Amino acid sequence: MTFQSLDTSSRVRPVEALPGAATLRRGVVASSRTILRRYGLLAGFLGLWQIGSTQGWINPTVFPPLDAILAALWQGLSGGALLDDIAISLQRSGLAFAAAVGLGIPLGLFMGQIRSVEQALDPILQFFRQTSALALYPVFILLLGLGEASKVFVIFWATLFPILLATIGGVKEVDRKLIEMAATFGASRARIFARVVLPAAVPAIFVGLRLSATTALLLLIAAEMIGANKGLGFQVMNAQYNFQIPQMFAAILLLAALGLAANAILVTLQRRLCRWADLT
Amino acid sequence: MSVVQKTRRGEVAIRDLSKSFALNGQRLNVLRNLDLAIKGGEALAIVGPSGCGKTTLLRVLAGLENPDQGEVLIDGQRVEGVGTERAIIFQEPRLLPWLTVLGNVSFGLQVRGHSPAEAEARARHYIRLVGLAEFETAFPRQLSGGMSQRVGIARALTVQPEILLLDEPLGALDAMTKLTMQEELARIWREEKVTMVLVTHDLEEAIFLADRVLVLPKEKGAMPRLIEVGLPRPRDRSETRFVEMRRRLMAEFGLH
Repeated sequence: MTFQSLDTSSRVRPVEALPGAATLRRGVVASSRTILRRYGLLAGFLGLWQIGSTQGWINPTVFPPLDAILAALWQGLSGGALLDDIAISLQRSGLAFAAAVGLGIPLGLFMGQIRSVEQALDPILQFFRQTSALALYPVFILLLGLGEASKVFVIFWATLFPILLATIGGVKEVDRKLIEMAATFGASRARIFARVVLPAAVPAIFVGLRLSATTALLLLIAAEMIGANKGLGFQVMNAQYNFQIPQMFAAILLLAALGLAANAILVTLQRRLCRWADLT
Repeated sequence: MSVVQKTRRGEVAIRDLSKSFALNGQRLNVLRNLDLAIKGGEALAIVGPSGCGKTTLLRVLAGLENPDQGEVLIDGQRVEGVGTERAIIFQEPRLLPWLTVLGNVSFGLQVRGHSPAEAEARARHYIRLVGLAEFETAFPRQLSGGMSQRVGIARALTVQPEILLLDEPLGALDAMTKLTMQEELARIWREEKVTMVLVTHDLEEAIFLADRVLVLPKEKGAMPRLIEVGLPRPRDRSETRFVEMRRRLMAEFGLH
């Protein structure tokens, strides 16, 4: 029957179809090609840096060779000096991010559901969102002092809005037809929320979370460059003042690694929660 | 799983039903003083041009919309909103993309508070009935249009309604799949002994599936007409009487 053959063809997964040696070899070649395509340019850039710096094509005092940077990084990590900075930076950004998630997601879910609440709060939200958190940092310092509170708060402030707006958007964009379908089965509002609205909004919420994680690290550096004596952001500034350029790059490298790790964790979590959606 | 004995009959009585919409500031009467009795276990098809109110009528029967005037009684009970004795199959499958076929089919029972184990056991029965037993763990995006619609049908059947409301359920399918699915619907209707109200714009589909066909006109003043199909089942689309019936129904719309 035409129908059945149509149906079965859509189910065949080509990757799992033939686990023969030829397929495997082709797989290895294909995957190494993908790696080259993906990381080739990065490797070339790093190689050029290393050679350029040792050969003197670029100023090695401003761009020290990679081995010097890695040595400084290793020294900082094994000596434990940088570990303290990582810990305090993680604490600041983690606390702020957790608070933003804890407030932003429930508030967003609530606001997205109830139109009148959303309409009343939207102008304020848009106003705050357009006001740079960095511009407000002096205000927070005035209010909360130059200690931890103002640093955590400025990060929290900046990370709240991406999460909040993404959650509101996710809830609002849930297909009305799916909600109606659930209602025809006699589902209560609470059941519809738990079984239709919430799962449908998860991908949008993750977009907000990933944006917020990036913002959290961005604001962390800015906050640590003003009135801090610890943290990776402080180390970048401090090393630059003292002209310890390899140490400066080591701290920058750590910050990049932190950002990549945060994103990787969120992507993994998203994959597990949204296996049904096509991920890019 | 055995066929559940039906204690309720699934009779529908529509009394003096009117419904209108405001469209561009104009009052649009789509249903005017409609009276109709649908017998328990009957298959009724509703046909008519776009805008004649056939989908509106189905949505009123479903309890998704309230009539301006008149009422709908199901087994003597006035319809107020959605009810457990009715299930709807929409034109789009409306599957939840994060649930597997099994999760989607058992969804209706689960939101009604049945235990997941019980819901899934009954869902499996209907997944088999629509021929998707191998696809229990598949996700909607892995399914073709026809398969998705089968999932939607199984989901509606799993709550074991007395009345199955179908809103152009095969309208979005390709011609070949559509014919197969018409056979499937005829079989399911026969086996499940449900009252079936089918909105369609496909006259052949109406004749193939229905005991009676309700023709809703669009013009003001024209009256709805009820046509008895009266052909033996299973029906054969190429049989003379079938062709004759199609000609008669087409003539209702001024087509030849």
